[in-house]
Amino acid sequence: MVPTNYYLILSAILFGLGAVAFVFKRNIITIFMSIELMLNAVNLAFVAFSQAFGKVEGQVFVLFVIVVAAAEAAVGLGIIILIQRNRQSLNIEKVNLLKL
Amino acid sequence: MNPALLVFFALAGLAVLGALSLVVQKHPIHSALSLIVVMVSLAGLYLLMGAEFVAMVQIIVYGGAIMVLFIFVIMLLNAGEEEHTDFSKLAKFAGLPLAFALTASLAALVVKPDASIPAAMQAFIPKATEQISSMLFKEFVYPFELTSFLILVAIMGALVLAQREKK
Amino acid sequence: MISFLQQNAFWIITIVKIALLLFIVLTVNAYLTWFERKVVAHIQSRWGPHRVGPHGLLQPAADGLKFLFKEDPTPAGVDRFVYYLAPFLALALSLTALAVIPFGPDPIPVFGQKIYLWITNPDIGLLVLFAITALSVYGIALAGWASNSKYSLLGGLRSSAQMISYELSLTMSVVGVLLMANSFSLQKIIEAQARPGGWGVLGWNVIGLASGKFPVPQIVGFICFFTSAIAETNRAPFDLPEAESELVAGFHTEYASFKFAMFFIAEYTAMITVSCLATILFFGGWLSPFPASSFWTFTHYIPSITLIPFGLWVIYDGIRYETIFGKLVLPAVGFAMFAIGAVLLAGVWIVPLHTVSEFIQPVFWFTAKILVFLFFYVWARGTLPRLRYDQLMNVGWKLLLPVSIANLILTAGALLLRGAK
Repeated sequence: MVPTNYYLILSAILFGLGAVAFVFKRNIITIFMSIELMLNAVNLAFVAFSQAFGKVEGQVFVLFVIVVAAAEAAVGLGIIILIQRNRQSLNIEKVNLLKL
Repeated sequence: MNPALLVFFALAGLAVLGALSLVVQKHPIHSALSLIVVMVSLAGLYLLMGAEFVAMVQIIVYGGAIMVLFIFVIMLLNAGEEEHTDFSKLAKFAGLPLAFALTASLAALVVKPDASIPAAMQAFIPKATEQISSMLFKEFVYPFELTSFLILVAIMGALVLAQREKK
Repeated sequence: MISFLQQNAFWIITIVKIALLLFIVLTVNAYLTWFERKVVAHIQSRWGPHRVGPHGLLQPAADGLKFLFKEDPTPAGVDRFVYYLAPFLALALSLTALAVIPFGPDPIPVFGQKIYLWITNPDIGLLVLFAITALSVYGIALAGWASNSKYSLLGGLRSSAQMISYELSLTMSVVGVLLMANSFSLQKIIEAQARPGGWGVLGWNVIGLASGKFPVPQIVGFICFFTSAIAETNRAPFDLPEAESELVAGFHTEYASFKFAMFFIAEYTAMITVSCLATILFFGGWLSPFPASSFWTFTHYIPSITLIPFGLWVIYDGIRYETIFGKLVLPAVGFAMFAIGAVLLAGVWIVPLHTVSEFIQPVFWFTAKILVFLFFYVWARGTLPRLRYDQLMNVGWKLLLPVSIANLILTAGALLLRGAK
């Protein structure tokens, strides 16, 4: 069987890559996708611990994380559509002023 | 080197490749496709751990609904390739080493040689689906109903946000 | 060599089963196109293909050759990777869905190994099918986008919006069946419909009147499921996004010979998968409509009995056929059918043939029910007019989704009142 540590290292790597994409990419949609990648890395850690301890609560929490991510994606993409309509650009450097 | 370890390395390699591709690709559609690859390989890893219900929910909800939403938005907004601008000096030279440092510190925190984490389970959790469903409706029923309310609020919010202005 | 075979028997058997299933499904696909063209033609008072081979039976082969030899242009300005990925993805996902479908209950004992009539039987088989349905939206959305053409993009977006809308009522309409069967596994769902006491057709989920603890009639669920499935597979009357007289063939406009053939095969395989699913969930899968008590065992010979007159009719038709090729081939095929039917019927007296006959009986019923559903698909295509896109979305969200949720609530309430756990 696969030791739990291996899953946790993979989760850390995916989280790190998600953070890197969040910081360095310019397209708002790609930044949003890196947030989803970070959430997935956390889900992997939850399921790994659920299997390690033999309890199922980890998997129940993963379901909740997935549902919350879905709700957040819906609202966030609505906001992105509005930003594109107002600034005609998906570059995050054009969204750096508080005033329109 | 048992077969489970081989499958793990294959799926983990695929996930890391997908995540790297997400970072490196210029067009958001290619990034979205890479994220789908990551999600499907994570679903494979959940199957390897015996969490079959979570694996299928991951594919259905994440891979089949959320990512479809992303791809719709990318297609509707006609998102093009990222423009090439110069990174700041810090990002160009210290970017990759700092990313590596972040990942390594996270991994080191997580991989403590601690006796409280069992090294490996020998068997899958039996009847995980039934346990999940009974827990959802008994101990976690309050968060369950709250998430249904959350989804309703999200739907209404998305509808209001995406309306055209009434001139 | 023999010990190598015996140690890896599981993998070798699985690979052989996959190859065999792919071969059978691709052949059924090809002849499904022939079937569709013939039936739609007869509905429209004309003959279908009838020149290429006797009764047009070699038409699929001719079509296949055409697809192989046609020029395969790639339009300019497409995103190459996504353009080549989309049909491959659609085809791969459609064919993968067949891995979890059980075709019969009894295993075949071969050299001491038991070979079951399915490739895999996971405890969450139905969820796997839903997952594959959810993923198959990508094939169409990406095809529409990658073609670098406004009509393809619009067709692709409409088609994928339709598919994700009808996925909801598809999954909701099935939950009633799941409540009664207590399991996601397709084999257990079929076995739950074999009600104790031998009820036969009345025990199937669609009628559900057997006196056991659980059944609730799922006729509304079946209608919602089948309608959503027709919309999900983009077939008439829900095929506005891909019909040739509308948006210039929609998302597969810019796809030429072989890539178009991949989309085509993906669509027909999805039809076959949905028909299999409808029989498994609502019509008892491989269960015979006659009750399983000892009085009715003579019905186990119905497959053999139907083969005999069918074979005789094919011989009669072949003798009077026009071309010489037909005069030679059709009677030969008919005689083969007659011979198989007669041999199986001899199982009444000869014991080894009796076990073969028992083994064939569930597979025969399963295939017969799938053929009935495929006929419904083709019949709907030939008869019903196309729904306009806004009508289509209204039906999906305002009619089918509330009805399937109401079905779920009523089924759950009925089961609760009967005291099921």
